[in-house]
Amino acid sequence: MESEQKSVRDLKIGESGVICCLNDPEMSLKLLEMGCIPGEKVKLNSRAPLGDPITIIVNDYTLSLRLDEAATIMLKA
Amino acid sequence: MSQVLAPAPAAASSISADAPERVAKIALIGNPNSGKSSLFNQLTGLNQKVGNFPGVTVDKKTGISHLTPNLRAQVIDLPGTYSLYPKSLDEKVIIDLLHNKKSDFYPDALIITADASNLKRNLLLFTQLADLKIPAVLALNMMDLAEKHGISIDIEELQRELGVPVVPMNARNGSGIAALKILLSQPLQVSTSSFFEIPEDLLVMVRQIRYYFELSNDYLALHYAHQYQKLSFLSEDDKEYIAELVKKYDFKSNTLQANETIARYMRINEMLLDAMQVTKAENNEKQSNKLDQILTHKVFGYLIFFGVLFLMFQAIFAWASYPMDMLDLGIATLNSWIQSKAEGPLIDLLTEGVLAGLGGVLMFVPQIAILFAFIAILEESGYMARVTFLMDKIMRKFGLNGKSVVPLISGVACAVPAIMATRNIDSFQDRLITIFVTPLMSCSARLPIYTVMIALVVPETYVLGVLSLQGIVLMGLYLIGFLAAIFSAALMKMVLRTKERSYFIMEFPTYKMPRWKNVGLTIVEKVKAFVFQAGKVILAISIILWVLSSYGPGNNMQVAEQRATVEAQAQKLAEQDAEAHIAGQKLEESYAGQFGKFIEPAIRPLGYDWKLGIALLTSFAAREVFVGTISTIYSVGDSENIATVKEKLKAQKDEFGQPFFTPARAFSLLIFYVFAMQCMSTIAVVYRETKGWKWPILQMLYMTGLAYVSAFAVFQLFS
Repeated sequence: MESEQKSVRDLKIGESGVICCLNDPEMSLKLLEMGCIPGEKVKLNSRAPLGDPITIIVNDYTLSLRLDEAATIMLKA
Repeated sequence: MSQVLAPAPAAASSISADAPERVAKIALIGNPNSGKSSLFNQLTGLNQKVGNFPGVTVDKKTGISHLTPNLRAQVIDLPGTYSLYPKSLDEKVIIDLLHNKKSDFYPDALIITADASNLKRNLLLFTQLADLKIPAVLALNMMDLAEKHGISIDIEELQRELGVPVVPMNARNGSGIAALKILLSQPLQVSTSSFFEIPEDLLVMVRQIRYYFELSNDYLALHYAHQYQKLSFLSEDDKEYIAELVKKYDFKSNTLQANETIARYMRINEMLLDAMQVTKAENNEKQSNKLDQILTHKVFGYLIFFGVLFLMFQAIFAWASYPMDMLDLGIATLNSWIQSKAEGPLIDLLTEGVLAGLGGVLMFVPQIAILFAFIAILEESGYMARVTFLMDKIMRKFGLNGKSVVPLISGVACAVPAIMATRNIDSFQDRLITIFVTPLMSCSARLPIYTVMIALVVPETYVLGVLSLQGIVLMGLYLIGFLAAIFSAALMKMVLRTKERSYFIMEFPTYKMPRWKNVGLTIVEKVKAFVFQAGKVILAISIILWVLSSYGPGNNMQVAEQRATVEAQAQKLAEQDAEAHIAGQKLEESYAGQFGKFIEPAIRPLGYDWKLGIALLTSFAAREVFVGTISTIYSVGDSENIATVKEKLKAQKDEFGQPFFTPARAFSLLIFYVFAMQCMSTIAVVYRETKGWKWPILQMLYMTGLAYVSAFAVFQLFS
């Protein structure tokens, strides 16, 4: 896994990406169950006023998560 | 293998009335926010009971539903979950129940709720449950919302794909409930479809587990391999057996669970290709998003949130005082009426022990009802998720959770409802920390003590001409309590070193109008839980305290009464003062008085004498009792009047003839009451919320220890 690869954490508000893989084995199951499946489109919807947590739109619904959780969702280049 | 279970066989109705009716057990399961509790409320109404699952701190809500006029079913409401691989203690309850056919609560059938507007994700849990081969029906909820979002679902097609009956419904307004009940009154089948192929190479191991435990299907056996450590009904030998197999076959649980989830989603996508059409997907979140731009705005978001908190705080603090005063008056009137009709020790026990204790329990009902009305509305509307979102980053620094804000702030009014409100925190550890530190917030019962002591030693002067010094000290006390709470939380986070990983990943629900029926039922549930579970402990302790202060060893108290009466006559005291003098002398000779003298050596370093020792004991019933007790000890006739109490206390002299209540003593007492867990109701409610004595006892030791050390430091520093 190259370090330059973008994750959901790096998205700007309104920007979208396609999930490539999840790199935290323990957290990945939770994310998968919540619909963050490789190949799905994901869009950064908003940030909390203090920058963390964020909300994303995936699978047609809004999901909120912390930045360090978002950092484990890698995007396709 | 496919068992066909008839929930309470139709024949039951033809059996004569006195024959034991077999009541079918139906479990309600689904994703959080899929309308599960609305459906539970619709099915059971007020016939609900809250118990708890054995061994865990999870509430078990059950209720009786009348499917047909003469067919009843017991409905169990399981915690909301996204999958059968539990991430929290709450969710663990589900596999403990569904994976154990011998469990008392093992359901005959499942109602699986799914949010039709978010079907893909909701079907994940469904497919797992269907593969467990338990007879089920899918309650397709929130059909109106799905329609609004441009989602159309072909029910026939979905039913064919899923292999179980699908009932389109809207639990919020009750449509579809009748159809669901009719379905449930018929024998239900297990799904004819299978949604996941267990990989070939696992089958050897899975079959071994299946035959060893005599399980009815492979998928259940696979779950045993994944979660044997979490299944509390397995013996150590059983776990050892699975552990060896898992090791032998190099079973990679995490990867396999992830692969299974992906495979299930692929299958779901295929099924929905035919069964679901989406016409305007992009519009889904627009309305909620617009509201969020204001409600989670960096300025308005916090302003609105603090406005909501303020309103809530006002409500518990101010509005609740009307019904509370009425209750107080009612109990007092009833007591004096009974006392005017009859006399004797039993009547005293009834009035001053039992009825006063009962009043002490009921006193909390208005506060609990009001707080939970607010919380239910916040939860139902979807605003609570925004609160968590706004506050998470700040609260996380102290080992707390975005949702800890509401209990902490409510704690300023009263810790009892505040601790009950921690139920909404999903992570068990965060909930525990919040429960632990909430009583450190200065509650309204501390206010009388603060007022009296401050009035006693802080001069009524103004700083900078406008700020009252007394007011500043009062604020300082609240601040100390708040700081103690958050730093204790940070400390506890370090000590606890979590095993359970805490996630924030959660659904951000769209805004909805609260359902008033759900709000009402929440209030009823919380009040019942408090009165029947914590209330017992409160009543017991208040009776013990009453006995301690009304009886003494031998005939000491009668002697004291006679002596005091003679003294009062000799000094020609007015009637009120005479009574006060007698009461004070009697209290000194009671068991409580003995206790005060007994602990005097321990509290002397804090500057207290045995009289204050008595007050420490009696104010354990509730902090505000402190003022009443010192009024009795110091024979203040009119304890309602702060000025009278103050004058009387000012006149107290120590053994050297100097004023007893020096600033050092008063501040030592103030600090003691800021920190000390002087509240049996809080202990009772912590006991009920953590389902055991471990945490309330630890909490009491911690808070009393903190109070003791701080009061000691303050007294030594000031004197």
